[in-house]
Parts: sequence; C-alpha cells; structure tokens
Amino acid sequence: MSALTWWIVAEPSGHGLRGSAKELLSEAVRHGGAVSVVTWGEVSPEVIADAEQFGAEVVLQLDVPTTVVPGAPVAAALAALCEARRPDVILFSSSYDGRDIAGRLSARLNRPVLTNVTALTTDNGVVTQHQIFGGTTLVNARLTTEGVSLVVVRPKSFVAQEQPRTASLEQVDAVASSVTPVVITQSHVDERTGPALADAEVVVAGGRGLGSPEAFAAVETVATLLGGAPAASRAIVDAGWVPYAYQVGQTGQTVKPTVYIACGISGATQHLVGMKGAQYIVAINKDASAPIFSVADFGIVGDVNAVLPALTALLRARTA
Amino acid sequence: MHIVVCVKQIPDPSAPATLTADFRLNRSGKLLLDEADTYGVELALQVREAHVDSRVTVVSMGDATDVTGLRSALAMGADAAVIVSDPALAGADSLTTAKVLSAVIKELGADVVIAATESSDGYTGTMPAQLAELLGVPSLTFAKAVRVEATTLSIDRQTDTGYDVVSSSLPALVTVTAGAVEPRYANFKGIMAAKSKPVDVKSLSDLGLSGLASSWGQEVVSVQEATQRQSGAVLVDDGTAAQALVDYLSSIKVL
Repeated sequence: MSALTWWIVAEPSGHGLRGSAKELLSEAVRHGGAVSVVTWGEVSPEVIADAEQFGAEVVLQLDVPTTVVPGAPVAAALAALCEARRPDVILFSSSYDGRDIAGRLSARLNRPVLTNVTALTTDNGVVTQHQIFGGTTLVNARLTTEGVSLVVVRPKSFVAQEQPRTASLEQVDAVASSVTPVVITQSHVDERTGPALADAEVVVAGGRGLGSPEAFAAVETVATLLGGAPAASRAIVDAGWVPYAYQVGQTGQTVKPTVYIACGISGATQHLVGMKGAQYIVAINKDASAPIFSVADFGIVGDVNAVLPALTALLRARTA
Repeated sequence: MHIVVCVKQIPDPSAPATLTADFRLNRSGKLLLDEADTYGVELALQVREAHVDSRVTVVSMGDATDVTGLRSALAMGADAAVIVSDPALAGADSLTTAKVLSAVIKELGADVVIAATESSDGYTGTMPAQLAELLGVPSLTFAKAVRVEATTLSIDRQTDTGYDVVSSSLPALVTVTAGAVEPRYANFKGIMAAKSKPVDVKSLSDLGLSGLASSWGQEVVSVQEATQRQSGAVLVDDGTAAQALVDYLSSIKVL
C-alpha cells in the first residue's frame, strides 16, 4: 500500500516534546510515510528541535490557547483539518487530554477509536494490538471502513529513537468549537521529590496488604532511599489512602522501570497491565498464592510491615 | 436540577473473565454495578442533597435480563433508572454506546451528566468524551473534587503533576476518579425502596435508533496468548529477607 500520512498529537509541556510524544513520533517514522506533529499553544524552539530530532517533517500549530482544557477546541480544529487533509493515522497518548481529544474527535468524525493500544502493524492496513485480562491475552483489531484510524496508545509502548530530519512550522487557524470552553483557573503542582513516576528507574508500590494508610509512608521512604518513585494499586487509591496520580494499572499509569517492587499487592489483572513491562519485578506479600508471585523475578512471602522497616534500616546503613 | 449518571452492569470482576467465540467479553454470568460507577452515583446524590428540587436518574446500556446492578444504584438513593437493551447492540463499541446514551439523555434532559473515567471491564476510556461531544456540552474530566453551583460547575482535574481547577457552565458532563467522594453503602431502607423504583427498559426503536448499524466499523482480526514472564526465586521471610532483597538489588545493579 502507498505510504501513510501520520499525525502525532503532542500535548504542550511548557518546554520540549513529552516522552510519550517522542515514542509516538518514533513509531510513526518506523512505519514510513509523512509524519507531522500536531500541537497548540506556544511552540517553543525546543519543540521544533525535538520534532526534528525524532523525525517529524512538519509541526502543525493549532490556534488553541493552553488556558482552556483542550478536549473540545482541539478536537474541533483537528476535525476540520482532517476533512481538508485526510491523514491516514492519528496517534494520541493515553493521557488525560489525549483521551478527551480522541473521544471528541471520534464523535465529530463519526469514526471509531482504537484504545489502549500497545503495538501496531501497517503491512496489511493499520492493525492495532491491545492487551486484555491483565496482559495475558493480546487482541489484534482494525477498522473496517475507509477513513482515518484514530489510535490511542498506552505510554511506554514504543521506544523513542532519534531520526533527525528538518521540520517546518505551520500555523493553522483553528475552527472554533461550539462547545462552551472549560477554563483553567488555577494549577497546583503536588510537592514531590525524586523522579516522576512515569520516568523512574525504581518504582516502589504499595497495596492493600499494607493494612493502613499510615503504612504507605514506609513505601515512600524506601522509594526515596532507592532514588525511585512511590506508586499504588487501585485498591488503596479507591480507598482514598493515596491520590489517583499514584495509581499503576489498567486504570492509571503504565510504568517500565528497571525494577518494580510490589509491596502488599496481590497482583490483580488490572494492576499487572501497568507494570509487567518492568525489567525486574520484586514482590513482597504474606499470601504465597498471590498472583503477583507468578510474574515476580524475586519474591518474599512475608509481612510488608516487617520487611519494609528492615529494608529501610539496611538501606540507611549503606548510605550512612 | 436533573442529574444523570451513566452506569454499567459488568461481569463479576472477581470471577475469571473469558471471551466468546466471536471475541466478545463473556457476559453470561451475574452482572453487577461497576464499582467505578459508585463514585458517580454518590456524587449525584450529594449534588441532589445540595440543590432543591433535584433528582437523579441512572442510565445504562446492555442486557436487561438482570438489573441487579441498576437496583444497587437505586438502593444507594438514585430516583429512577433507564436501560437501553437491544440484541443489535451486543458487542457495541464506545462510539455506538455514546450515541445510544446521548439519545436517552437528550430525551430525559440533564443539567449534569456524570460518568466514571472508564469502565472496569472494557476500559476504553473514551465514551464520556464522545458522549459530551454528541450532547454538545463541555466535559470536565478526571475530577478529584467536584463543586456544582446553580449554573456553573468547577472541578479539581487530575494532571500528571497535581491538579488544575477548571470550570464551565451547566449543562456539562463530569467524569469522576475513584476517591473523589466516598460511596455510601445502601441501607436496608434503601434496598427495600429500590424494589419499587422505576426501571425503564428501552429498545433502539423506542429511541428512533433502529437504523444504528450493528457493525461498528471495527473488527477483531485475531486473538493470541501473550508471552508469559517466568517467575523467579520465592523465599519465606525468616527475618533475613530484607538482606536478601538488598543483595538481589545489588545483583541487578540497582544498588
């Protein structure tokens, strides 16, 4: 089939391209064809430099401000641009804004959307793959009617790879959305030291086996001592022990650290999807039959509330 | 104020999930209210309590042979339920679901539409945005906290690094994350009252949607088993496991 036209929807970051956008861009370049990055707000020189470094030919700047939630206005602008230019594939990151924009664009274009995608092939049309049942089963799917493929990709599915090209910047007048805007009036950044969860090489995650919200402090301490990030299972996020931003799993973040240490997490399928890509998995759980042990490279059957303090003491002794 | 909550009846999450021969999720067993929807129902009840002359309707799509899940929402305190059930909808994708729910909600009229961020069985996670677009209303998504006033709505919207305070006018759609509110348990009185609350079962033709194609424009090409990770050593803690873990972390060069 002829070369495909790809659009990568890149959410503004305040500086260069986000890691997730670089991953999507690299994947599109790997399949060949014309690749554009679509973004909005201010486009800094770093964005252009990153787009060029990872193989984009064009950066399309939509005339949508970053003071509003982008779902409706960006979808309206993209829909108009789709009608005019007919791209073959639009890749979105499975982020808060990515899902909003993809969903609204799907409705505007009356096109289905393929979500939670972790792999894709283009040998025989665009075929996407997503994982179900905790990643034990892979489903390959495709669209059956002519038109653009809207594909929402889980972060860390593809490897970002530099492929320098020269890119041009093109400003596009946005078609206004008729939907009342959602205005951002304040932004709060949580106090958090250490690496961001998505980028951390070490992730220490706590679950229901901790027994109480207070016990999560031990998880945070070990994460800090290992230079990593703390995380959580859905069970304790649902219970209100820690914020949603900590959640790893199908609902929540996907992480691919060097090592993932699961503390008091049983390993429900919905959790495994978010962390099975870790290079090494350590599990600490008092139930020897917990499913988490079936994916663990190193398992400890024991009480997390005994193992974590002992681990903390040993790690402190090493750095003292 | 009319508050509509989109809810889904899903297979028991504690039972092993399977696929049917045509690659659909097997829904033949007992169906329960998705726990992710209990946050939306709770939020709706709190909004109703804060605004006089308000009512809460839950809307759903799916098999209506068993409406235990809808009764759970009614037992929490919702006033009425509507479910669109039609054999032609089996295996419907998220856009089709949004079309069906938007038809119901347009008919009912709503000031606030509430949904979970995603269902706990399909996890598509795009239906609420599709629904908002079809309804032509703003969507305030991934809420950690929600404040509904007479004509406006503001939420604390989850971000990667914290949250944004965002606001818009009503009518609007909100998606709630777990933990935004604490769902109440249905008490005995609520469970008894739920038995006599209306559950309206509608077909596609009732909604004038008979023409909605039973092909969703996407298909499963194949299904395969994933390569499984091999599990490694498991030791039982006798007081020395922490040291063994330190040694392991050293061996993989994390320490």
